[in-house]
Amino acid sequence: MKRIISILLENESGALSRVVGLFAQRGYNIDTLTVAPTDDDTLSRLTLTTKGDDHMAEQIVKQLHKLIDTIKVVDLTVGSHIERELMMVRIKATENDIRAELKSCVDIFRGHIIDVTSQTYTVQLVGDSEKLDAFIEAVGDMGIMEVVRSGVSGISRGDKFLRV
Amino acid sequence: MELLSGGEILIRALKDVGIKTVWGYPGGAALHIYDALYRQEDVHHILVRHEQAAVHAADGYSRSTGEVGTALVTSGPGATNAITGIATAYMDSIPMVVISGQVPLTKIGQDAFQETDMVGVSRPIVKHSFLVTRTEDIAATIAKAYYIASTGRPGPVVVDIPKDVTDPSHKVPYSYPEQVKMRSYQPTDKGHRGQIKRAVKTLIEAKRPVIYAGGGVVLDNASEQLTALAQKLNFPVTNTLMGLGGYPGTDRQYLGMLGMHGTFEANTAMHHADVIFAIGARFDDRVTNDLDKFCPHATIIHVDVDPTSVSKNIEAHIPIVGTCKAVLDEMNSLSEQMAIEPDEEALAEWWAQLDQWRADKGIYTASRYEESSGNCIKPQDVIKMLYKVTEGDAIITSDVGQHQMFAAQYYLFDKPRTWINSGGLGTMGFGLPAAMGCQLAFPDKAVACVTGEGSIQMNIQELSTCSQHNLPVKIINLNNSALGMVRQWQDMNYSSRYSQSLYEDSLPDFVKLAESYGHVGMKITHIDELEEKMRECFAMKDRVVFMDIVVDRSEHVYPMQMPGGSMRDLWLNKTERT
Repeated sequence: MKRIISILLENESGALSRVVGLFAQRGYNIDTLTVAPTDDDTLSRLTLTTKGDDHMAEQIVKQLHKLIDTIKVVDLTVGSHIERELMMVRIKATENDIRAELKSCVDIFRGHIIDVTSQTYTVQLVGDSEKLDAFIEAVGDMGIMEVVRSGVSGISRGDKFLRV
Repeated sequence: MELLSGGEILIRALKDVGIKTVWGYPGGAALHIYDALYRQEDVHHILVRHEQAAVHAADGYSRSTGEVGTALVTSGPGATNAITGIATAYMDSIPMVVISGQVPLTKIGQDAFQETDMVGVSRPIVKHSFLVTRTEDIAATIAKAYYIASTGRPGPVVVDIPKDVTDPSHKVPYSYPEQVKMRSYQPTDKGHRGQIKRAVKTLIEAKRPVIYAGGGVVLDNASEQLTALAQKLNFPVTNTLMGLGGYPGTDRQYLGMLGMHGTFEANTAMHHADVIFAIGARFDDRVTNDLDKFCPHATIIHVDVDPTSVSKNIEAHIPIVGTCKAVLDEMNSLSEQMAIEPDEEALAEWWAQLDQWRADKGIYTASRYEESSGNCIKPQDVIKMLYKVTEGDAIITSDVGQHQMFAAQYYLFDKPRTWINSGGLGTMGFGLPAAMGCQLAFPDKAVACVTGEGSIQMNIQELSTCSQHNLPVKIINLNNSALGMVRQWQDMNYSSRYSQSLYEDSLPDFVKLAESYGHVGMKITHIDELEEKMRECFAMKDRVVFMDIVVDRSEHVYPMQMPGGSMRDLWLNKTERT
């Protein structure tokens, strides 16, 4: 099962390598990882996705919490949450009918064309991972040249928040 | 405010922590620190012969006293030599601070001479690590390092200090923090009261209980509390390899060690138990054997200070996160308040069964091996003699292998912190330097290192350190001219193909070797001379004595769990199994 784990971490040198090292050391996979400072620049917020059963997820959360630099850890998948990922895709778009079809596809997925040349469209799309996967599938035949995905960022719904 | 250089600040901070002894080895990147060390008298430094030994000695010092051990090494090879020692301490949760010199900040990342990314290299084997980048941060970092090392589940902390941060010409005001507070690190102390109540109720109602106590009880100085609870409830107790001494080894309720080389009664009792009270133990694979067959009838109560240990290998029915001491205190007082009585009848029946197991197949009710005769000295008999001669009151360190298991089985430890061994990592070469640490902490006590001719050669250079610093440890070398445990496995699993486990005629003359370092050497080849020689050895209180004892090479350690079996599936000797 896919897990989205959110971590509040001291923004210290070496802190990120401890998180990443832990996954390698304990034999867990990281599917995606995003990290950036928060409004408080002494803190970093990480979102990490992995796959595992309940037992594994519990161990991962506990092990992450054990790291000295870790302030808070939560498995977002346990509760109601929102996940978003940003993707940029460059697609070959030389002929007019393809350009039109691509444009309508981007509209359906509520994306944006953020760069245009005579040969290509670059599309920006935001959504959960499944939506981005679906877009890639939809335009797959049209000639994808390059895909850049940010990895998942997640936040819980409602009143719950991760803060010091 | 007083102005001090980085080196001076480091030493002053160590003094303010309360550190009296540092084990170490100098080198380029640590020279500013060593100069500061030279110009004061509060912190005593012991020069070892290899950095691994510095860390093991600090480790032995810590295990025998409960204080945080301290080692100081230089960058590059100094730091990497320390790694095995750090990993040893990490696996056994030993509080320790290792300070390493580093190349100057300006050179980091340039593949400078003796540069190693120490924080990176040590990352998977430390509780935490610091790279100090400002002289002003040294004192606060040292305070944090000792706080982290000694609280929660203890462990080693590395403090890496670049050379320019300790530059003698750069002086800053010294201030040592009055207290350490970290928003990201607040270890749990007391366990959940409701859970503890449930646990006590479950214990009192148990019909076939076993207390399974590990190294956490020793580390947390909770032996008294454990003994009180066990005796109040009249429950049998088994200790892990790391927990030996946590419950008195000569007590009637003690079943002996459990696990791979545990006693028949301890392992069988675990298998049939209806309630297992695991405290400060982590269900290690050398204890549980096959997890799927582990203790099929038991309700598991698991107390540990580290949440990651709980339900990691075995799902706990009643998990409690807290220190052994705090939880046991609470349990002791709750057990008196609760209005339920233990099931005396069921317990009497259980004890009758346990005593039957002991009588049938226990190693303490009869000799389960062929006894020594003439020139065939059995290693077990050497340990029994060691126990007799030292009256069970020595600090025993060990290396790793058959001798370690024989010592664990046949020396009955009544007190905590008297059995010092590398349980988790299984580090050969640990015994001698660890003994030095114990001897320094307890100059008037007998300290013996039980070792083999394989292990002792991994840090034998420390015989020189013993001379220089007057550490009169006794070395009990069970010499069978083979890597005994490797050989045993090769006997059992590889049709006695002794691949690289025999020394042929290549061993040194250990008597001459000891003498060349200025020590006393003895060689024992006949069982009749063992007692007299050993008494002679321990009578020489101010000398290092190396007892080279030629033991029977064909001996195996039993009992031994069968791979893939349950806890009670054991080889009892070469031909008999359960």
